[in-house]
Amino acid sequence: MNWFFQFPEMGRSELREFKKSIDFAFRDFSRTYGENIENFFEPLLMFLVWFEKLFINTPWPIIIAGILLLAWLGSRSISILIGTLISFLLIGYFGMWEDTMSTLAIILVATILCISIGIPTGIAMARSDRVQIIVLPILDVMQTIPSFVYLIPVVMLLGIGKVPGLIAVCIYAIPPVVRLTNLGIRLVDKAVLEAADSFGANYWQKLFGVQMPLALPTIFAGINQTIMMALAMVVIASMIGVKGLGLPVLRAVSNQYLALGLMNGLAIVVLAIIFDRVTQKFGLRMQKYRKEIKD
Amino acid sequence: MNKKEILIKINQLYKIFGKDTSHALELVKNGMSKDELLEKSNCVLGLNNINLNINKGQIQVIMGLSGSGKSTLIRHLNRLIEPTSGEILFNNTNILDLSIKELTQFRQNNMSMVFQKFALFPHKTILQNVGYGLAIQGISKDVWAEKSVKWINRVGLDGYESYFPGQLSGGMQQRVGLARALATDAEILLMDEAFSALDPLIRSEMQNILLDLQNELHKTIIFITHDLDEALKIGDRIAILRDGSMIQDSGPQNIIMNPEDDYVSDFIKDINRARVIQAKSIMSPTNTKSSGPVISDKMVLEDILQIMSDAPSKPVTVKNEAGKVIGKIAMPNLIEGMKRPKSQGTNITG
Ligand SMILES: Nc1ncnc2c1ncn2[C@@H]1O[C@H](COP(=O)(O)OP(=O)(O)OP(=O)(O)O)[C@@H](O)[C@H]1O
Ligand SMILES: [Mg+2]
Repeated sequence: MNWFFQFPEMGRSELREFKKSIDFAFRDFSRTYGENIENFFEPLLMFLVWFEKLFINTPWPIIIAGILLLAWLGSRSISILIGTLISFLLIGYFGMWEDTMSTLAIILVATILCISIGIPTGIAMARSDRVQIIVLPILDVMQTIPSFVYLIPVVMLLGIGKVPGLIAVCIYAIPPVVRLTNLGIRLVDKAVLEAADSFGANYWQKLFGVQMPLALPTIFAGINQTIMMALAMVVIASMIGVKGLGLPVLRAVSNQYLALGLMNGLAIVVLAIIFDRVTQKFGLRMQKYRKEIKD
Repeated sequence: MNKKEILIKINQLYKIFGKDTSHALELVKNGMSKDELLEKSNCVLGLNNINLNINKGQIQVIMGLSGSGKSTLIRHLNRLIEPTSGEILFNNTNILDLSIKELTQFRQNNMSMVFQKFALFPHKTILQNVGYGLAIQGISKDVWAEKSVKWINRVGLDGYESYFPGQLSGGMQQRVGLARALATDAEILLMDEAFSALDPLIRSEMQNILLDLQNELHKTIIFITHDLDEALKIGDRIAILRDGSMIQDSGPQNIIMNPEDDYVSDFIKDINRARVIQAKSIMSPTNTKSSGPVISDKMVLEDILQIMSDAPSKPVTVKNEAGKVIGKIAMPNLIEGMKRPKSQGTNITG
């Protein structure tokens, strides 16, 4: 009856061998293919570095003007505009300008990457139930696995640096765009699709003419979530060599610098709020034709 | 109107929803009923051996209770639903044999549809909605915009081009639906309970618009409704469905005078017979003129009664459109016409 009280587990040495064999197999894999994979991501690195340099080297008044312009185009709201201006002035005044620019660069590149992979994946899921059945559990894993766990294989493969950080951010942040693209397309009124069919629309005409435009507000909610999650991941990504606001936060934690931690942490929060409000307002404006129904 | 030309021919069409439909088809062909089939094989019988000829340039109404298969039948015509077995001939080509590409062409050029819940594109303007069928054919914007403006005006929505569907009332939205279907110049119009969602006044208005347009355009229209008054008002022929089978297909007058069975009698028992039965249905055929007034063969009982009440003993003469005498009506004909056919029970109460 011993097995009843004591779980019949694998022998110690066998377990060690088992883990070792996995580790070695992966190490061998990364030794043989690591370089290829690194080369594969080279353009991404150049893209990211280019953005970072652009943001840091451009004089701050021009950057602020550009950001204000984007905020205005997105939200058409004076209060958001004023809030954005004050936030960036304070960030600069407290000496966090360069870190903020690095963070903006990585968020921007991560978002572009997530959208360009996430939306087509979501479309494929909406088209085929089989694809949906395969992808959904993968998204679940990506969202629930502790981020430190997938940092290990990423670092083993690519070492420490910007690209592994970017990949970690993307793995964490991509699920909402994928999920909400899929959901948005699936929620489009069947009757409207039937109408498109009855006039002889083909798959692409239905996708781009009917499904995507009607799903756009939902997809946009997904993009908003993705940006938020990318920002949340910035601190963890700085553990593996991403520059930006995360780095001082990390230093503050290990050295117990309260003010440094708070200031940089708050800068991340401010960025998050600005992104969130602007994209939400933009999402709302896209549904103008819906709002007019209620009037 | 002389010889009627058949445009669409539906032959032995079966539709069974569910798994293992070929086995279920055998059961149905051997006479199994809808309820029995559902119980035995978990399949829903949608259509059961439908045979129907639809004449060119006419309005073919399809009636039946909810769940009788009306929507299923009309969606076979443009293959929004694929049949289990059977054929649908359009100008002697079987629609069911068309390749995907041919089917797309066919839907773009030959058939368009109006839906019960309008099914307009909420994110497109009225102009874009009406032009949709043309735009997806790759026609240039100038051309389709001009055509859609024409149709928007034709259904009485001048000036609403840049509105969104959500800003219009139900009746206006269905005018857009109608304009959208007409804009492609397809010769066949499918209308699935197109006016059912509208309130009575607007519905009657829409029926008039449709009849006006039909006088001018002579389309072949398949019109679904469960409202007999509507069917009688616009139908050239009326087919009645029940549990996926076709019970009767005949002219409107014939449905009222000679209902095929109790199901059909049930359908017609609530109508105001005096308002729909026409002279030609109750007259005694003759070609000699009688002493009383002369009336048209399309005049309804109510009006004939009005005329005859002045001189009840004199029979009236019935003439057809060409002005030829074709019959006469005396008081007993009128009374016979008012009576419900078959033993439906006269419901004497109180
Ligand atoms: N996709 C489907 N799967 C299974 N059964 C279906 C499907 N579509 C229709 N049916 C069944 O086929 C039968 C006919 O349905 P249909 O929608 O054609 O009826 P209808 O005459 O249009 O009714 P209504 O007046 O309510 O619109 C019903 O019993 C319905 O349950
Ligand atoms: Mg229906």
